[in-house]
Amino acid sequence: MIRGKVHKFGKNIDTDAIIASKYANLSDPLELGKHCMENIDPDFGKRVDKGDIIVATTNFGCGSSREIAPMTIKGAGVAAVVAKSFARIFFRNAINTGLPLLECTEVVDATDPGDILEIDLSTGTVRNVTKNLTFSAVPYPEFVTELITAGGLVESVMKKMGREDKSPG
Amino acid sequence: MGMTITEKILASHAGKDFVEPGEIIDAQIDLALANDITAPLSLEEFEKVGAKGVFDPDKVVLVMDHFTPNKDILSAENCKKIREFAAAHRITHFYEGGNCGIEHALLPEQGLVVAGDLVIGADSHTCTYGALGAFATGMGSTDLTYGMVKGRIWFKVPESIKFHCYGKWPKWVTGKDLILHIIGMIGVDGALYAAMEFDGEAVSALSMDSRFTIANMAIEAGGKNGIFKVDGKTVTYMNAHSKKPYKVFESDPDARYRQVFEVDASKIELNVACPSLPSNVKSVRELGDVAIDQVVIGSCTNGRIDDLQTAAKILEGNKVSGGIRCIIIPATPRIYRQAMREGYFDIFLDAGCVISPPTCGPCLGGHMGILAKGERAVATTNRNFIGRMGHPQSEVYLAGPAVAAASAIKGRIAHPEEI
Repeated sequence: MIRGKVHKFGKNIDTDAIIASKYANLSDPLELGKHCMENIDPDFGKRVDKGDIIVATTNFGCGSSREIAPMTIKGAGVAAVVAKSFARIFFRNAINTGLPLLECTEVVDATDPGDILEIDLSTGTVRNVTKNLTFSAVPYPEFVTELITAGGLVESVMKKMGREDKSPG
Repeated sequence: MGMTITEKILASHAGKDFVEPGEIIDAQIDLALANDITAPLSLEEFEKVGAKGVFDPDKVVLVMDHFTPNKDILSAENCKKIREFAAAHRITHFYEGGNCGIEHALLPEQGLVVAGDLVIGADSHTCTYGALGAFATGMGSTDLTYGMVKGRIWFKVPESIKFHCYGKWPKWVTGKDLILHIIGMIGVDGALYAAMEFDGEAVSALSMDSRFTIANMAIEAGGKNGIFKVDGKTVTYMNAHSKKPYKVFESDPDARYRQVFEVDASKIELNVACPSLPSNVKSVRELGDVAIDQVVIGSCTNGRIDDLQTAAKILEGNKVSGGIRCIIIPATPRIYRQAMREGYFDIFLDAGCVISPPTCGPCLGGHMGILAKGERAVATTNRNFIGRMGHPQSEVYLAGPAVAAASAIKGRIAHPEEI
């Protein structure tokens, strides 16, 4: 179960907004996370707490194919992103890096900044605790939930292979 | 039921006679591409999972084009790692330094992509190769690692949207103006998850360079790929650049489309995309007085010889306006040399332009032309997101080379007819 405070954004939040291209040669999620949303919300890094949730409207993650975009969001401590729609490459990258995404228009419309959301990935249930409302998003297929819970595609493969994950952070 | 060109290429690589939108397929790839900012993550994962080698050293392409010539120590170290990987795995197509150009101009020029191919690249503008009648799409580093090792990867077959273009092109108007027009019309998510297919007499009239520009920006409308029918110009281009066998696929007359747009080329004007989205499109004539500090002519979108020729035509005998930097970035060494031979470099230097080595550089705020707070640029690049070329409070206006060159002379966004 994911439970966190909401940070709300509008439509077309692009990959350069998520992480400015000038940081594209970094790969440490924690270092990247410090610069999350820097171009459009310079104080985001200070406001965000571990486990918080980003809520946005349409086409979240448009732009670059750089996988550091979902890595940055995770590195900033964000536990999930709920949006009305996601850009294609970002959607695939988020699964591969273990960042949970949920598409649900109703949640986005009914949620204000600072609200507390509870998300059950296995059922797709999203509860706005602050407003006492419950919504159903389309859940991921089981293998994707497993993959995300493991921390991404590589981690999931490693787990299956029974090896020790030596990744930093 | 008929299939589109995109569906046919995907089906052929999945060993199937028929596929339809929404279907998940496991398909063979002909080429896997990564660059100096996306390969490092791929290589980390490659090691982590203990992969032994790549599926085919001739079919993995590594291009050091983004933050090169290396802009800082971190970039230099990334390139070093990739260089060592390329040597260890005997990667045939590793590009760096004097043989390196901007990947999406370089690969077609080197003949590495031909019609009918299926290409994945860890770069969103991989969709450029659709101009050759290939299926090409951008992915992240993890997917790229998988493709690089296995030689195949899963795809969801996209729905297709057709843009049928007819009519005669007005003077100065190029592929950039068409694609900006289309993105302005459908929005930055207007083609989300979809294949964008361009056809019609007006498209046949376009040069290959213009077609590359159009396919390149399919991603700016959210598209999975952009794709063109193979015609005489495509074949001439492939024969001049490649020895690889190609395969021509064509959409069936009864192929299914999510939408079909009719676009009258004669009505398309010289367009610019205003800050801070590629869909914020206005014609130059309706724009008013927009003062600028910098012009960038280059990138995987518009750094080809056609683009430099257009810029040279306008800049010849003129001077870049005082206080303005005009940076010209030929996209590949071959384009660089051709521009030099054609005398464009003299024109650019006489006008007061800076000529940069091939690099993505300023397009993504890397180096070679970063904007200060409050500065404004006209660029022939593909994205004008907030802070894309530098400070979060700088601005980028996207345009074709004619408008960019005219703007450099006038010190404001200008129409070439004003010169």
